[in-house]
Amino acid sequence: MSRVIRPYGDTTGDGMVQVSFTLPLPHDKLAEGAALQLARKMGLDPALLVHAKAMGPDFTFFVVYGSSTHLVNLDDVHVVEREYPLLSAKDANLAIRRQLRRKLVVVGACIGTDAHTVGIDAILNIKGFAGEKGLEYYREIKVVNLGAQVLVPDLVARARAEKADAVLVSQVVTQKDAHLHNTTQMSAAFREAYPAGQVPVLVVGGPRFEEGSEKTLGVDRIFGRGTTPAEVASYLVHEMTERKARR
Amino acid sequence: MSRPSALLDLDPAVVRRARSLARKAAAPVVEIARSHTTVSVERATLRLAGLSGADHERVPWVNHLVTAVREEVGLEHGVTTPVYDALLRGEAPDLTTLAQKAASGNVAFRLPTGREAAAARRAAAQGVGAGLRTIDRARVTRERLVRRHGDPKTKPWIYLIVATGDIHEDIPQAQAAAREGADVIAVIRSTGQSLLDYVPEGATREGFAGTYATQENFRLMRAALDDVSRELGRYVRLTNYASGLCMPEIAALAGMERLDMMLNDSMYGILFRDINPIRTFVDQRFSRQVHARAGIIINTGEDNYLTTADAVDAAHTVTVSQLLNEEFAKEAGLEDWQLGLGHAFEINPDLPDSFRMELAHALLARTLFPDAPLKWMPPTKHMTGDIFRGYLLDGFFNLVGAMTGQGILLVGMMTEAVVTPFLSDRDLALQNVRYVMNAASGLTEDFHPPHDGFIQMRARQVLSEAVDLLDRIVSDTDAAGDAPLLAAIADGTFGLMKRPATGGKGLDGVCERADDYDNPATTALDAWTPPAGSRHTSSEGVVR
Repeated sequence: MSRVIRPYGDTTGDGMVQVSFTLPLPHDKLAEGAALQLARKMGLDPALLVHAKAMGPDFTFFVVYGSSTHLVNLDDVHVVEREYPLLSAKDANLAIRRQLRRKLVVVGACIGTDAHTVGIDAILNIKGFAGEKGLEYYREIKVVNLGAQVLVPDLVARARAEKADAVLVSQVVTQKDAHLHNTTQMSAAFREAYPAGQVPVLVVGGPRFEEGSEKTLGVDRIFGRGTTPAEVASYLVHEMTERKARR
Repeated sequence: MSRPSALLDLDPAVVRRARSLARKAAAPVVEIARSHTTVSVERATLRLAGLSGADHERVPWVNHLVTAVREEVGLEHGVTTPVYDALLRGEAPDLTTLAQKAASGNVAFRLPTGREAAAARRAAAQGVGAGLRTIDRARVTRERLVRRHGDPKTKPWIYLIVATGDIHEDIPQAQAAAREGADVIAVIRSTGQSLLDYVPEGATREGFAGTYATQENFRLMRAALDDVSRELGRYVRLTNYASGLCMPEIAALAGMERLDMMLNDSMYGILFRDINPIRTFVDQRFSRQVHARAGIIINTGEDNYLTTADAVDAAHTVTVSQLLNEEFAKEAGLEDWQLGLGHAFEINPDLPDSFRMELAHALLARTLFPDAPLKWMPPTKHMTGDIFRGYLLDGFFNLVGAMTGQGILLVGMMTEAVVTPFLSDRDLALQNVRYVMNAASGLTEDFHPPHDGFIQMRARQVLSEAVDLLDRIVSDTDAAGDAPLLAAIADGTFGLMKRPATGGKGLDGVCERADDYDNPATTALDAWTPPAGSRHTSSEGVVR
């Protein structure tokens, strides 16, 4: 069985693709030549320039069709799957209801001197981020957003009072590695305050955390730049399921 | 010209009832707004009096001065009386020096009485009056420039967004967008600015998914658009956001720097940003009074209701919000031509008859508010990344806009939810708008939905659901005996969000006015009436 594939236009093996792009050139013969040369360098041969249009005096927009000269061998394709499925708000709600038979309680805060609530608000506020609603929007999640500059003991106390299932901490300020110090201090405080195995799911988010450094920081999960509320919700559902299975 | 409601055969009694319920819901909240002040209202007042700038840690002087006065004599008398009393006593030669000294604790504030109080109030009225006159002059300048350069030739006005985070990048992009055909430029604010309890200072080059709203950024962008207006022979309008914790200050800065439109919703901050309801309503009334005087068109945020809830089930919440926004706006002195009431094309396109319902909803808004410009917002929720399908959806969105005579059209991008728009995306989007408007805007003449047909029935259904919801709001109660609208907001009547009057951000900045409260800005704004024959630019050619 051949595991080599090419794009499909209207005939097997024709390799046809379409691309559109803009070049910073006024629309003339030179611009069209440049567009065709770019298309060939992208591996389109033959390349057909089907549309060119000036956009203002300095730019030209192109649509190019062409046969891609590249082959893809599926044996050489390696993918890393997210270890949990991305759930819609509806499915996440359903899973929580089925698993917990009560609301999932999430306590969130910016700790230390960090006053940047951008991250935690993007994940928690109903307004959300990138067109996705925040966790407040989830019927089965109770969100307690403590806001900025929360002291670690206060965070622990509030998490206990609310019987939090998960604690979300955002750290944007990274001067003198403040985000790392704050995070380790936070995770240590939780381990001290809770009996072993009953610490809430500890999640930390921010633009400067190193992927895979969960162990060193003592947290369960790190989320980086561009994380959406649905990813966080899906992870929480996944983690709750895992923990329930382990018990 | 027929009655406004003829197109949909709405029962005028139902329309009257909807408005009277909205008035009933708003009245107690207006009373609260009249009897309270906030740190931001007081800071806005000082900004009108000419206090600007910040310390080396970028804390604005208005924040320092309001904090100092609050600590010593409280805010319930208004900030200006103790401040101008200190100036008259020679504590400092001017407001900036006074704020600097106050920041280091070197001024003793007091509440003057008798003749000294009268003198302080007179001086305050004079100081704040200067800012109000700046706003008046900006309005006159705008009217002169519109006369000179002209309004856009066609409706709706084309509204485009720029948002690089860097004002010096925004400027060439905004000018390019205007040259490509934008009539209104909106500079999106940095994520989270609405939750800052101060207005940043100066020209800013670093923002998150948007550019900070500052007085200097306003000035720079307005000047750049004046240049391009002259070049194009068409007055290009500038929009920003009077929302969040600093709503009154942003409104004052916008008025003084001649911004032309401001996003300003009555409940958005409460519901979607968890800002305290009382803080929001007090700040909102002040900011709307400033917008009224400044001749600014407000844009309301009803599109947000549809992105969080189903656009069919929640269609009536848009109508309710429009009616409340209208009521609060009129009470604050805004005229019909200044009401860019929002609505959006957000029905799931997989539903049967989705387009007919969009048309019904848009016509309902048009019919209920015949003299308001209305802001028509493009699909976002059902933009999936399939840019080809998105382009078609935007075309249908534009068609509804053309068929229902919308005043302001926010241009939809096929790359919504994919990337910040490419240069080519904007060009393609504008081609889409131009094609549809050119091909179909005349349909306003031909299109009369049949009597008791699908569109009429749907519009009437939404209106009657809106009346039911307003009914529930005005009869809502809570244990604390709050105003019914506040009780309704607290128990989650709007969407899924429960926002009690005692919760939310910014509550500690709210203060009940004392009997001797004095604020020369609110006094002047309360007494202000729109100039006779002020411009009605937004409602010609609408469907009646």
